[in-house]
Amino acid sequence: MRDFLKRYSSSSLAMVGLAIVLVAVFAAAFGPWLVPFDPNTQDILQRLKPPLWRGTDGMHLLGTDALGRDIFSRIIVGARVSILVGVSAVVISSIVGVTFGLIAGYEDKYAGRVLMMLTDIQLAIPFMVLALAVAAVVGPSLWNIIAILGLTNWVQYARVVRAECLVLREREFVQAAHMMGISTPHILTRHLLPNVMSSVIVISSLLVAKMIIFESSLSFLGLGVPPATPTWGTMIAEGRNYIGNAWWVATIPGVAIFVTVMGTNLVGDRLRDLLDPRLRQVES
Amino acid sequence: MSNQDLQTPPAGDTTQPVLSVRGLTTSFLVDGSWRPVVNNLSFDVMPGETLAIVGESGSGKSVTSLSIMRLLQKGSSRIEGEIRLGGRDLLALPDGEMRHVRGRGMAMVFQEPMTSLNPIFTIGEQLVEALTCHGEMGAEAARKEALRLMDKVRIPNARARFDEYPHQFSGGMRQRVMIAMALAAKPDLLIADEPTTALDVTIQGQILDLIKTLQAEEGMSVLFITHDMGVVAEIADRVVVMYRGEAVESGPTQDIFYDGKHPYTRALLSAVPRLGSMKEQALPKRFPVVDIATGKSTEPATVAGTVVRSSRPVLEVRNLVTRFRTRGGLLRRSEGAVHAVENVSFELFQGETLALVGESGCGKSTTGRSITRLVEPDRGKVMVDGVDMRSLGKRALRQTRRNIQMIFQDPFASLNPRMTVGAAIAEPFLEHRLGTRAEARDKVADLLQRVGLSPDVMGRYPHEFSGGQRQRICIARALTLDPKIIVADESVSALDVSIKAQVCNLLMDLQESLRLSYLFISHDMAVVERISHRVAVMHLGEIVEIGPRAAVFENPQHPYTRKLMAAVPVPDPSRRFISRSAEADELKSPVHPAGYEPPERIYREVGDGHFVQVE
Repeated sequence: MRDFLKRYSSSSLAMVGLAIVLVAVFAAAFGPWLVPFDPNTQDILQRLKPPLWRGTDGMHLLGTDALGRDIFSRIIVGARVSILVGVSAVVISSIVGVTFGLIAGYEDKYAGRVLMMLTDIQLAIPFMVLALAVAAVVGPSLWNIIAILGLTNWVQYARVVRAECLVLREREFVQAAHMMGISTPHILTRHLLPNVMSSVIVISSLLVAKMIIFESSLSFLGLGVPPATPTWGTMIAEGRNYIGNAWWVATIPGVAIFVTVMGTNLVGDRLRDLLDPRLRQVES
Repeated sequence: MSNQDLQTPPAGDTTQPVLSVRGLTTSFLVDGSWRPVVNNLSFDVMPGETLAIVGESGSGKSVTSLSIMRLLQKGSSRIEGEIRLGGRDLLALPDGEMRHVRGRGMAMVFQEPMTSLNPIFTIGEQLVEALTCHGEMGAEAARKEALRLMDKVRIPNARARFDEYPHQFSGGMRQRVMIAMALAAKPDLLIADEPTTALDVTIQGQILDLIKTLQAEEGMSVLFITHDMGVVAEIADRVVVMYRGEAVESGPTQDIFYDGKHPYTRALLSAVPRLGSMKEQALPKRFPVVDIATGKSTEPATVAGTVVRSSRPVLEVRNLVTRFRTRGGLLRRSEGAVHAVENVSFELFQGETLALVGESGCGKSTTGRSITRLVEPDRGKVMVDGVDMRSLGKRALRQTRRNIQMIFQDPFASLNPRMTVGAAIAEPFLEHRLGTRAEARDKVADLLQRVGLSPDVMGRYPHEFSGGQRQRICIARALTLDPKIIVADESVSALDVSIKAQVCNLLMDLQESLRLSYLFISHDMAVVERISHRVAVMHLGEIVEIGPRAAVFENPQHPYTRKLMAAVPVPDPSRRFISRSAEADELKSPVHPAGYEPPERIYREVGDGHFVQVE
């Protein structure tokens, strides 16, 4: 583990990514206790104030929106939704995808074929259309968003894990386990799962970024988390009407999304470099 | 050792060496410090001469060849000393010029013919590329030259095979293509790094003869790297023995073989299984073990009579048939079948070792897998201790498999890299609920001791062990369920000679103490001769000859058995000038069109329990 951290830190870009991720997680965890203003308090007199570095008024670090709410506070509190949705959706999709992938890769007769057909169907449906339809039916809420994102993004896991299992299954240690009468569930969990974990970690770290963008997109379209909770996506949606005279209202949450996504991607890239055995050989 | 005898060319000869290596030290960067892998190595290769570098894995022999070619990764490796090719100092050359030296000055043939060709280009295209890449030959001329080279390396029907892809070539044929490529630019020196290790014995013999013939025709020098003393005896004029990065002994092949001084040389030679060393002996006999420090050898003991022939056999196989259907076309219709196992019958008694021998693709591994039902056989009967394996449902099969366990070929692939050794050995014990965790621990400790490892290693992971140790761990794991039969599928083939001898001895020890029966699947005739009670020779999915070991080895009746015996390299340098024939023949294919049924085979009994297929 120590060795792993040492190797991770040898890339400065990856350390920047890690720092971004840690800041975002910190904001998500302790945001409500950190903010200078209540993110939902409206102050009509203070509406559309520019950020400090452009401003005349020294109260709001990143300015205010059309209702006079403090953007800095809303960004911090919005991190909570983004991180929560990103991580929970990834956890759900990894559980679904890895299970499907393991079964389809090990038992590729009937169960496997049916599961792979499901993945192909899933791949054929445009994500946004599906998400819109589901959100329209069940209605927008935080947990619905997580469920929608989680249940529509497992395909990548299923495909990668299945491919790895098809290879692992022919390896002699799996055959040996078979010979010794180890039951199928145990072969899947003890022999196959630990050997696909590094891929799963890499996919997860990259998928978190994608989930954050999906959540923002849905919120932007008004299908995300209900308006009372500030999210980066709804902030952009609300700011878009003022883009001409108050650019910061929509741009700053955009930057927040960009930086967070870049941070998780940098971490994901580094993890892939370190954990992917093929790349590891090149490096050493 | 004295470098003197290496460096002086034969008396009266003043020719310059083709390759001269002085004080070669190659180090790798490991955890921030330089660790030497090859240490102060010096040797010469004279024109037209074959020098063999022999050693076991980790001795630095391959690193030596890569250092000479300068193919090691820069930054993480460091080459010191002097390497002169025809007088030019290779270590001082810039990269661009070095690229020209590779190919023209010297060329290399690697071990794995399966992976050294690009699968998406035809053989012809790849040969033409090798010819035109130095920019002197036109496309038409290159095509002609490529065909000439294919003829030269005796690829039959070269013109027709020019446009075929690598997967249509057998391993031996691919190695011929690699040699043709190496010859493309007429190098002065051919470096062959274990070129025959991945090949079958009969093919190995052909490739060795081809190299000898080509060397005579082209007058080139050969630097031959191998672990196999039998191959050394066949091909080398002089030998350098390497051990842990250093040359421990060197000299003319005859001297090394008959008068080796260094204990390691003697250990290496004594561990080499010799075909014919078991004449007039009915029972298996252990390998002598030589102490590398002193060179003293133990007298090998015979495996005492373990075979119980009075009761029913522990394994009985009757008319076993396994075929793999090949599909093709738009509708994926069955087009034909690989007749991997065809009408195989034999029995195995308690405490007996039956060897299944044959070349790759003969169906010996599939036979083992069909018996254990890792592969589902199509027809036939497999009785394990009186239970018909093929009639069993999933649950009953798991129970019955406790009696028959398997040890695989690759000790690196047969252990789960993410599981400790102790957990791996205990797993079947706990899975079958044979006892508590504490009992499992005791069992693991006991098994580790039985296979010659300390119980303290339980908590370690497989990558911390060497190949031989891993194979011991696999043996321990196979013993956890107290099986009666062990199917050893090429279990010692991937190991170094000295380790191979030790693992074979271990198997024989365990047979003596636990009365195990082995189905020993191997292509290595010399190991088979020592370890087995009876031998079955397989060819194209069928058993062509079966009988007591002594009878089959001393009085082989089937032509295929004879061919197999003749192809085994013998560690006897006096046979070096006997050439078999460089002509290529390939193994016949066991693929038949759908619906094909082979004719019924008749066996005749030539001796007590010795049966031969009638052609």
